[in-house]
Amino acid sequence: MTAILEVEGLKAFYGASEALHGVGFTLQQGGITTILGANGAGKTTTLRALVGMVRREGRILFDGKPINGLSTEAIARLGVAHVPEGRGTFTGLSVDENLRIAAYTRSDKAAMRDDLERVFGYFPRLKERIGQQAGTLSGGEQQMLAIARALMLRPRLMLLDEPSFGLAPLIVQEIFRIMRLINSEAKVSVLLVEQNAALALNLATEAYVLETGNVVMSGRAEDVKNDEGIRRSYLGY
Amino acid sequence: MEQLLQQIASGLASGAIYACVALALVMIFTATEHLNFAQGEMAMFSTYLCWQLLQWGLGFWTALAIAAGLSFIIGVLIERIILRPLQGASALSVVVVFIGLLAIFHSMAGAIWSHTIKTFPSPFPEVAFAGSGIIGAHQIGMVAVTILMLSALFAFFRFTTLGLAMRAAAQNPTSARLVGVNVDWMLALGWGLAAAIGAVAGAMVAPVVYLEPNMMSSILLYGFAGALVGGISSPGGAVFGGFLVGVLENLVAYFGNLTEKMFGVYIIGNGEKLSVALIIVITILTLKPAGLFGHVITKRV
Amino acid sequence: MSTPLQKTAIAAAQAVNDLMRKGAVAVEPAPAAPAATPAMDVATDAPAMRKRSRVLIPALLVLAAGSLVLFGGKGGLISDFQYLQLSLILVYAIAVLGLNMLTGFNGQISLGHGAFFALGAYTAAVMIEHYNLNYLATLPAAAVFCFIAGYLFGLPALRLEGHYLALATFALATAVPQILKYKHIEGLTGGVQGINLIKPEAPFKLALSSDQWMYLVVLAMAALMFWLARNLLDSRPGRAIMAIRDQPLAALTMGINTAHYKATTFGISALFVGIAGALHAIIFEYVSPDSYAFSLSVAILVGAVVGGIASLPGALIGGAFVQVIDKYADAATKQLTAMVHLPIDLEPWTIYGILLITLVYVMPSGVAGGLAQLKAKWKRR
Repeated sequence: MTAILEVEGLKAFYGASEALHGVGFTLQQGGITTILGANGAGKTTTLRALVGMVRREGRILFDGKPINGLSTEAIARLGVAHVPEGRGTFTGLSVDENLRIAAYTRSDKAAMRDDLERVFGYFPRLKERIGQQAGTLSGGEQQMLAIARALMLRPRLMLLDEPSFGLAPLIVQEIFRIMRLINSEAKVSVLLVEQNAALALNLATEAYVLETGNVVMSGRAEDVKNDEGIRRSYLGY
Repeated sequence: MEQLLQQIASGLASGAIYACVALALVMIFTATEHLNFAQGEMAMFSTYLCWQLLQWGLGFWTALAIAAGLSFIIGVLIERIILRPLQGASALSVVVVFIGLLAIFHSMAGAIWSHTIKTFPSPFPEVAFAGSGIIGAHQIGMVAVTILMLSALFAFFRFTTLGLAMRAAAQNPTSARLVGVNVDWMLALGWGLAAAIGAVAGAMVAPVVYLEPNMMSSILLYGFAGALVGGISSPGGAVFGGFLVGVLENLVAYFGNLTEKMFGVYIIGNGEKLSVALIIVITILTLKPAGLFGHVITKRV
Repeated sequence: MSTPLQKTAIAAAQAVNDLMRKGAVAVEPAPAAPAATPAMDVATDAPAMRKRSRVLIPALLVLAAGSLVLFGGKGGLISDFQYLQLSLILVYAIAVLGLNMLTGFNGQISLGHGAFFALGAYTAAVMIEHYNLNYLATLPAAAVFCFIAGYLFGLPALRLEGHYLALATFALATAVPQILKYKHIEGLTGGVQGINLIKPEAPFKLALSSDQWMYLVVLAMAALMFWLARNLLDSRPGRAIMAIRDQPLAALTMGINTAHYKATTFGISALFVGIAGALHAIIFEYVSPDSYAFSLSVAILVGAVVGGIASLPGALIGGAFVQVIDKYADAATKQLTAMVHLPIDLEPWTIYGILLITLVYVMPSGVAGGLAQLKAKWKRR
């Protein structure tokens, strides 16, 4: 197995204050990795730092090539799709437009149509709502739309920030099921940040635990899940 | 009665210009939440560019196209060079910069082309349209050109990927970046388009109001009024609002005239044009800040 | 309509919300933490500023009055014309001070203070011309009128912030000349022609020319206005005014009646500018609608920005700048044009514009703030 993302000494800053203090981790190609940690541990910041939404230092290699100097939009074009916290829906655009916006970066219009069909295969509910204004969708549907929009970029790596946030358990299960499908079928590697550690560990193959801006623990998801000490001290369940 | 119709018709004609200016203002506002106080002076400057090209012997439409293109470039450059570094700056800083731009464009036009009033040719034939005295050929042409331009713009935003990307960048810059849209350039493009719209509006209205550095000051105010009436965040609303205040302005003058004739009391006339705009602006801002079609922007604290 | 109790409850809820958000920000801040950008820096060191102005005002007063003794008298070293210039500087300083109170200390943007300047000027002119009032008696009248007008304009403006308030005041400034030409008040205002006044003579058979005497009057008024401004800002209401600028929501939850304070500040600000307008009319001996066009509002704003938007001494610098530009910019720009061999004659407004934009970038706290910063830097070394 080769690494799709290698991160070394990643620091992130909000203004003058340092929020990440040199985080390092590796993502395997085709895997699902999760970053766990308490509220404020720096999980969201890590994702934001990876795609350049905050000022950052350190080395980030995507597919062996450094991306730490690139802008957010350039990283997106390389095939890193970030599904942000709060979903980032274009509320004033229709569902269709939300999906087509990804076409801005692509020139292969024919493949686009296929992708749209494939995305609707994963999320048939979005197809029913295709003409609707995205702001009128339910929370779960908006989360689906956010993932679908990310898929339209034909990503090789998807960063998911708290997909379960504010959603009913049944819908969360549905979304996680589809994520597993996307991972295996579309060969998209996934980096998942979750508050709900149990849920994330069920899906993930690898896990990292963050505490106040540092990696304090890493290992196979299964091992982490079965280690009562880690669970008690870091994950709180 | 015929007089009333005539007033409405000429109201629609000036309304077309207000609609253009309102749309230009809204384009910049939706993307940046800035009210561009220099929009009118930029349009005035563009009109002078067009006039200069006409003086050099170019045909009207060629001159207008080149002037609009130049204005587009000026708009893009202003955004890239002057406003880009001000991202996240206070409202006061931005307002001060706009006033600075207003002063520069105003005085440069005066310095280059002098403050004396110039006539500006109309591209439309001078004969009265179909023998009716209600509306002149230029007024019809004015409305037609602006409607054509506005439709083209709406088609651009509705049906092209670039237009979609611009809308996305205006709505949610962060998400737009995440799908690979270069938001910075989208803002600059928006500025360019707004400036180009202003150029067309200026060239259309210049034959009526004549060319001089002050030509846009009342038009800008009516543009603002139109944008506010329609809802400053709604492009379609802005266009409608522009036409509405155009008609309103003429009706006010008409009924002012009527009351003077009937009762011998002068209340309001053309001399109070700007006061009417002021009243519209203040009323809308205080009573219905979201306009007729806009939605209330809830502020995050 | 919500009751006061409901309002308090809402405000309290917002405060808690605000705090929680801030708490969250401390650990995982929002993504859009703006990088250091040039912004109008309004937060100046208040105590230091007050101390400085405490010394500055009497010192200037003594200096200025002393100059009259030294150089004045009929046929003195300083000509009447120069006294008029000095008076105009002080007049504009009062106007800039008025805008500073509103924009710098209370955070409300106005592009329309020329309107209140005009109201003050016309109040004085009309009262002198039609009611034969003593010019000194017109000053309180102008103050009262402008305060009321400012307060009333401030009421709808309460709902407006930032750009919207700028727009409302922009519209006001643009409409002023037309309002002054309105047919039904022509009898009072003299319509397009305006009103010509006669400059008052020095009383008590003092051996002073009118310009010298009026200079003293203006000087006294300026000293009074600066003193009032300083004391106001130093008081409890003054702190409330600044709290509203810095933390509008927190101010509300602390029980500050934001609406009342904002409208009152608008009124006070207009009062200052109105007195400046009245003095201007008296020493300039003339009012007309087109003297109060949008460019006047721009000039006051430029003065405020140049001097420093939240600085009392800055208002003096700003006033001087407005008058100097008004007087000498034409000549200066002509010279500049000749110097760099430009094919066109530059106009003062171009310089205005470039200066405004440059200041926002390099010296966001104005000349006064910039000097203070330099001084602080120098001290640290």
